Amino acid sequence: MDLNATLLVQSFTFLVFVSLMWRYVWPYIIKAMHDRQAKIADGLAAAEKGSKSLHDAALKSEEALKVARVQAQEIIGAANKQATQIVDLARQDAESEKARIVASGHAEVEREVTQAKDSLRKQVGELAVAGASRILKREIDTKAHADVLNELAAQV
Amino acid sequence: MAAAEAREDSGQYVLHHLTNLKLDLRSMKIDPDATGFWVLNIDSIAFAVILGALLLFFMIRVARKANTGVPTGVTNFIEMLVEFVQGQVKDIYPHANSLVAPLGLTIFAWVLLMNLMDIVPIDWLPLLGKHVGLHHLRIVPSTDINITFGMSLSVFVLMYIFSFKYKGVIGLGKEFLTHPFFIPSGPLMVLNVLLIPVNVILRLVEDIAKPVSLALRLFGNLFAGELIFVLIAIMAGQAFNGTASGAALGFAGFVTQLVWAGFHLLVIPLQAFVFMILTIVYLASAAQSHGEEH
Repeated sequence: MDLNATLLVQSFTFLVFVSLMWRYVWPYIIKAMHDRQAKIADGLAAAEKGSKSLHDAALKSEEALKVARVQAQEIIGAANKQATQIVDLARQDAESEKARIVASGHAEVEREVTQAKDSLRKQVGELAVAGASRILKREIDTKAHADVLNELAAQV
Repeated sequence: MAAAEAREDSGQYVLHHLTNLKLDLRSMKIDPDATGFWVLNIDSIAFAVILGALLLFFMIRVARKANTGVPTGVTNFIEMLVEFVQGQVKDIYPHANSLVAPLGLTIFAWVLLMNLMDIVPIDWLPLLGKHVGLHHLRIVPSTDINITFGMSLSVFVLMYIFSFKYKGVIGLGKEFLTHPFFIPSGPLMVLNVLLIPVNVILRLVEDIAKPVSLALRLFGNLFAGELIFVLIAIMAGQAFNGTASGAALGFAGFVTQLVWAGFHLLVIPLQAFVFMILTIVYLASAAQSHGEEH
């Protein structure tokens, strides 16, 4: 169990291994770990921010929805009013048109009645003259009594 | 007569297991009986270097692949180890120093690997070695006092480098001469002449005790463990000698071996951890002036 040169070899090897570890291993692992830590911290912050902005957006959308609802109500009201107006206007137009058509119909009927009356009167006059001439036989001068006959026809 | 022979055999078995594969540097011949300083324990060095190289290989591979993604498998384990060592160093070491933590990691992982060789059944590799012409083979480097002293010697050197770096020659000299006994003023100041040699001697003892205790603690624990494994193996070796008592002894040896291995599994990481922690503590006290400490 005596000490020998193994001691020196081990001492040297140890220092070599330590310096290799110091130079080529430790910094890289530590750097990766620190970077990952920073990355995770960033990620968490971003997630926090994201959830906050989501919350904000939800609030904003709610507000916008409220405004839109009110606006829609207003638009519906205005539309209803306008529709009523249009219907009223249309009704008025239709009434006046109806009145016009009825009036013209009346006029037509009046005209035709007058015409019919005139022709009837004429026929009645002729019939009366014919009847009278047949009764009175040649005694009546058609020309001399035309005035009377016409007056008669007008009275019929 | 047979008992005496058996005792002789056992003695030889133990001795055989405790003899290194030695290379005499003066004659460049393998000689198990070589003595003196210029002898290399090839087996200890080989296993230590192989284990250390394996460790470095894995570490460098992990360091190459290290990225900010999700760590998996070996990377995860290594990072856990790194974080553990870094935590210990942060707790103990007062200054910011990039060397202490990798030093601690190297010590912990390397000593752990060397200690773990103790769990390999003691006759496997020596038997294999016998077939390739190696008649002595000790596979646990940390049961070789040269290996543990080699590391503590490096730690000792680093302690002085740190002392010089943080205190300078004057600071260190002052500490050597005036700590712990010093009379700063008054008529008794003359007595300092007597106190200075006392201080120097105390300091020398204190400083030399550090690497010695570091090396002997690891060596003692592991050597004792190894020796007990050897003794248990002798016991288990009686299993097939044909007698009932031999079979009983063999069975007892088998059970004892398992129990001792289980117990030793606690000692193995503990000693690695203690070596690392004490190294950090010694370096911390080297970097810290005694005034700060108290």
